Amino acid sequence: MKVALSQESGISVISIEGSIDGKTAPLVKEEINPALQAAKSVILDLSKVDYLSSAGLRLLLLIYREFAAKQGKLVLLGVSEDIQTVMSHTGFLNFFTLAGTRAEAIQALA
Amino acid sequence: MDTRVDYYPTHEHQGFKFRRGRTLPFGATVVPTGVNFSVFSSAATSCTLVIFRKHEQKPIVEIDFPREFRTGDVYSMIVFDLDYEDLEYGYRFGGPWDPRSGQRFDRSKIVSDPYARVVGGRDQWCAQPDWDDVYQHRARLAFDDFDWEEDRPLETAITDLVIYELHVRGFTAHPSFGVRAAGTFAGILAKIPFLKELGVNCVELLPIFEFDEWENSRRHPQTGELLLNYWGYSTVAFFAPKAGYAATGRLGMQVDELKNLIKELHKAGIEVILDVVFNHTAEGDHRGPTISFRGIDNRSYYILTPDGYYYNFSGCGNTLNCNHPVVRNLVLDCLRYWAADYHVDGFRFDLASILGRDQNGAPLANPPLLESLALDPVLSKCKLIAEAWDAGGLYQVGSFPAYNRWAEWNGKYRDSVRKFIKGDMGVVPEIAGRIQGSPDLYYYRGPSASVNFINCHDGFTLHDLFSYNGKHNEANGENNNDGSNDNYSWNCGVEGETSDEGVNRLRLQLKKNAFCILMLSRGVPMFLMGDEMGRTQRGNNNTYCQDNELSWMDWTLAQRNGELLRFVRMMIRFRRANPVLRSNWFYQGRDYVGSGKPDISFHGTRAWAPDFSPGSRCLAFLLCRKHTQDQQADIYVAMNMHWQALPFQIPKPGERESWKIVVNTSMRAPEDIYETSEAPSLNEQEQVILGPRSMMVLIADACTRSTPGTR
Repeated sequence: MKVALSQESGISVISIEGSIDGKTAPLVKEEINPALQAAKSVILDLSKVDYLSSAGLRLLLLIYREFAAKQGKLVLLGVSEDIQTVMSHTGFLNFFTLAGTRAEAIQALA
Repeated sequence: MDTRVDYYPTHEHQGFKFRRGRTLPFGATVVPTGVNFSVFSSAATSCTLVIFRKHEQKPIVEIDFPREFRTGDVYSMIVFDLDYEDLEYGYRFGGPWDPRSGQRFDRSKIVSDPYARVVGGRDQWCAQPDWDDVYQHRARLAFDDFDWEEDRPLETAITDLVIYELHVRGFTAHPSFGVRAAGTFAGILAKIPFLKELGVNCVELLPIFEFDEWENSRRHPQTGELLLNYWGYSTVAFFAPKAGYAATGRLGMQVDELKNLIKELHKAGIEVILDVVFNHTAEGDHRGPTISFRGIDNRSYYILTPDGYYYNFSGCGNTLNCNHPVVRNLVLDCLRYWAADYHVDGFRFDLASILGRDQNGAPLANPPLLESLALDPVLSKCKLIAEAWDAGGLYQVGSFPAYNRWAEWNGKYRDSVRKFIKGDMGVVPEIAGRIQGSPDLYYYRGPSASVNFINCHDGFTLHDLFSYNGKHNEANGENNNDGSNDNYSWNCGVEGETSDEGVNRLRLQLKKNAFCILMLSRGVPMFLMGDEMGRTQRGNNNTYCQDNELSWMDWTLAQRNGELLRFVRMMIRFRRANPVLRSNWFYQGRDYVGSGKPDISFHGTRAWAPDFSPGSRCLAFLLCRKHTQDQQADIYVAMNMHWQALPFQIPKPGERESWKIVVNTSMRAPEDIYETSEAPSLNEQEQVILGPRSMMVLIADACTRSTPGTR
């Protein structure tokens, strides 16, 4: 699991690579927390995430809830089709704005 | 910074830290420092917690409960720092192996937690299990933080429900379904628009507690077809949803998937009732597997004979000892969990009469479990529906201990209506009672006690009811000996499918008659998935083992039998638009509001002269709108189950009103049923001719007077 932080057009982009499960979810959360706290709008780039467990999906929902509470905006970028299917079956998909490309993601945050 | 003394472990074993746990709640509960395990056994001499990583054959650790961790008969322990998403657990219990005294402890076996909220081992439907695995049904932990947003159980009045009984897998497993996630909870999601358009506002799911589809699996001796435990009336774990029913079961996300389905159904105004099986478990008799209860506390969980064998009131090998206080609490805890954590709207209890037997099997006058369920604070708004009989000979339709709360599957409704529609004599007086909500059975309880149905999973489908004289269960591999012989069915002249247009028309007409009577009866209507589009099981009236096209819903029927489907949709709409049909009061058969007409009056071929004689096959009734609040129109229903057309003299409508035709089942679509607003007036207002074996529904209201003679 790896995390990278960057900026694009003044928007924070958090890129995660690997699997997010019960073991890695707390580590991811710890690592991206400062960036999440500071930002009002965030793109969460999941295009290199190959697996999201229950705990991983819950991490996403927690982040969503935090952003909703501070009227911030969150976009998920590049979620694989498999993961989208799982998110759809379990209802997690209903909460999120998804984007296929960075340009779309930036537009969704505009 | 830890702030509590009990945040620190007191013991350690092979690197695993633990301490004394909390006795309640039972099961495995995530606590701030780890997981609290708590389990009951009244007769064990020792208990060991066995922890696995998911899917692994060998445990990562086995921890004996120290003596001081047992309080009374409860063993409890908190284990620290567990990765609970990747964890499976079970127990070993030491104690006597003495079947004659009912004790069957076996430390060599790992047994599952009766309170397990997720169970692994059958993660995907029909995937070949690893039979060498020492632990087949593996207890896991569940995330219980689903985001329900503003959802809650709908609390629809029970008499306003139209219940649709469906099998989770069978509903969407057929190749014609054509969407991802076939045969799963997620598959049902895709069909919510269909249910909504149909007009049902409640789905009753055949068992969805974890069961083993491989139980008693076998090959058909002639055809070689694989026969499975398809219906699932055999519970492995009462708190766990069936993993194989979830598209995400392989990822262990069945809890979220089912909760999401319930949330989405609620958004569409559709309630969810679970068919629950507390009368026995999947452990069978003394030859069955040791999964959980048998190895934990056989004498507490099962009703045993004096020499230690299993009483078999369920017809399935064993009988759960439901009125033992510990088992009673398990049932209560379980239902509360499904009501509170899954937002389930109600329960239908399979062979519920067993729940009223004492620890020796004798029926109780005042069964504590049934009383507890009826008056429970968490369940107080849940529908409780009993299948009021058992396989031990107790038949309690009309006499089930109801505490003013329980409803019943009305088996007498089914039988009377079937006989009436097929043209049997001598049932007209019964039918008069059945359409009123069966006051003969439920006088002190009201029509809400009567779940009216003509077909359910158990028995013929509606289509087969009028296509077969006898059952054809050869595909079950039991020489056609299984399944009920009392079907009250009629094949309309040809056994099975036919290309004879006349026979097929008649069958369609009888199906319409069935839906018409069902939707016009007071009580709670229920029908089986697919009956609205003529689903056949080819004469098989007991498809418990058929995971194939015999049981699955063929979605192409919606097109092929569009006429029936349209009729059913409109009939349901008619029921929902007419409160007089859904009242929870019995008709009184007299005029108590001064309208000049009784609330219900019966008629025959002559108005005001019903023929209740043994040779009669006709009945008509008139419902007065003024006896029911918000009822807009009087309703007149004529039923001619004779094989010849008959004239029916119609009672006079109100002053300056005229009768309009809403339903005439002898007509083809679109003239078989009309929207109320488009119903044509009857040309002759005094008399109508009813075709053979047909029904007619007329309405008269204040708005009808200006449009006589149109259409």
